[in-house]
Amino acid sequence: MADATLQHPAAGHGTAGEYEAPLFGAYSKKVGMWLFLASDSLTFGALLFAFSYNRIYTAWPTPFGKDSIINATVMTACLLSSSLTMVLGVFAAQRGDRAWTRNWLLATIAFGTAFIVLHGMEWTKLIHEGLSLPGFPKPAGQEDGEFAKISTGVPQFAATFFGLTAMHMLHVTIGVIYLGVVALRKWFLPILGVIWLAAYFLIPSDNVFHYGVHALLIGLIVASVIVFLKPKDYDAHDVEVAGLYWHFVDLVWMFIFPLVYLMSTKV
Amino acid sequence: MHDVAKHDDSKGQYFWVWGALLLLTGVEVWLGYRQVFEPVRMLEVLLVLSVIKSALIIGYFMHLKFEKAVMRWLLVISVTACFVIMYFFFFPDADRILKLGVK
Repeated sequence: MADATLQHPAAGHGTAGEYEAPLFGAYSKKVGMWLFLASDSLTFGALLFAFSYNRIYTAWPTPFGKDSIINATVMTACLLSSSLTMVLGVFAAQRGDRAWTRNWLLATIAFGTAFIVLHGMEWTKLIHEGLSLPGFPKPAGQEDGEFAKISTGVPQFAATFFGLTAMHMLHVTIGVIYLGVVALRKWFLPILGVIWLAAYFLIPSDNVFHYGVHALLIGLIVASVIVFLKPKDYDAHDVEVAGLYWHFVDLVWMFIFPLVYLMSTKV
Repeated sequence: MHDVAKHDDSKGQYFWVWGALLLLTGVEVWLGYRQVFEPVRMLEVLLVLSVIKSALIIGYFMHLKFEKAVMRWLLVISVTACFVIMYFFFFPDADRILKLGVK
């Protein structure tokens, strides 16, 4: 085995058995996550560019009142706070404090879940007031007011609003599942299953989230495959890489919030 | 095995960054709700504030500030270059279509 190590092409740079130092001075998981985030930022970039073009060149409605802005501001505060708890979780993992790593990750998950719930409530309210897309279920008692007129008169508004925020909400949901698996490993899977079933049965069938909640089932299947194919104790590197993903989700919202909400504020 | 990125251990700076991000969000909400500028200028101002906030998140929370210079610059330059290319593709063509009067 020792000979095999010496003959490795990367082993000629230093002491026998040493690998060549990586170009970025970081472990491969971290470099991989950064590359994924760079590519994902272009997905969101294209969506935001398309939104900005529509916002400038179209007679854009400004329907968001005080309630929506306050709700979105609280959602922003939740995400910013979740980033802080995530950093504290990374610190705890680096000093080998498993209990506090788990606690900070659970706090991050709580903030992320609060964000998703608040966003879901906002969507439900807007859809009830008439803002909708073709294919969305029509809720009982849907109003035929300002938002309904916007949906038909400026369809780009509903398309960009639901497109951008749904894409972001999906990322937050994936992030919560990712952190749940890192924090609790296989013990997170039954919790996720219960949340999926409860949400499916408790949300009325005329609500879009009655169907959207199946994203949790897909997450459950993927997480189960990962946990059972490669069971492991997640170390400080894993927590740091998960943190990179989570901060990216926060970062994207820093552009969506002002562009989608604040640029459409009712004067 | 390479260690997790080493950085300044003082947690205080992360609380300051968090406070700054909340403050900048407050400024954005005030600007947006008061409609201080006309739409195009407002878009520019909000984007500048968002870029400052994202720089704080990337630099401190994502620890890019503490990574090796080659990783830092390669990531920032490549992503920025992609956005610049995207800008030159999207907006001039969209503007041209408008000036041609295509509805």
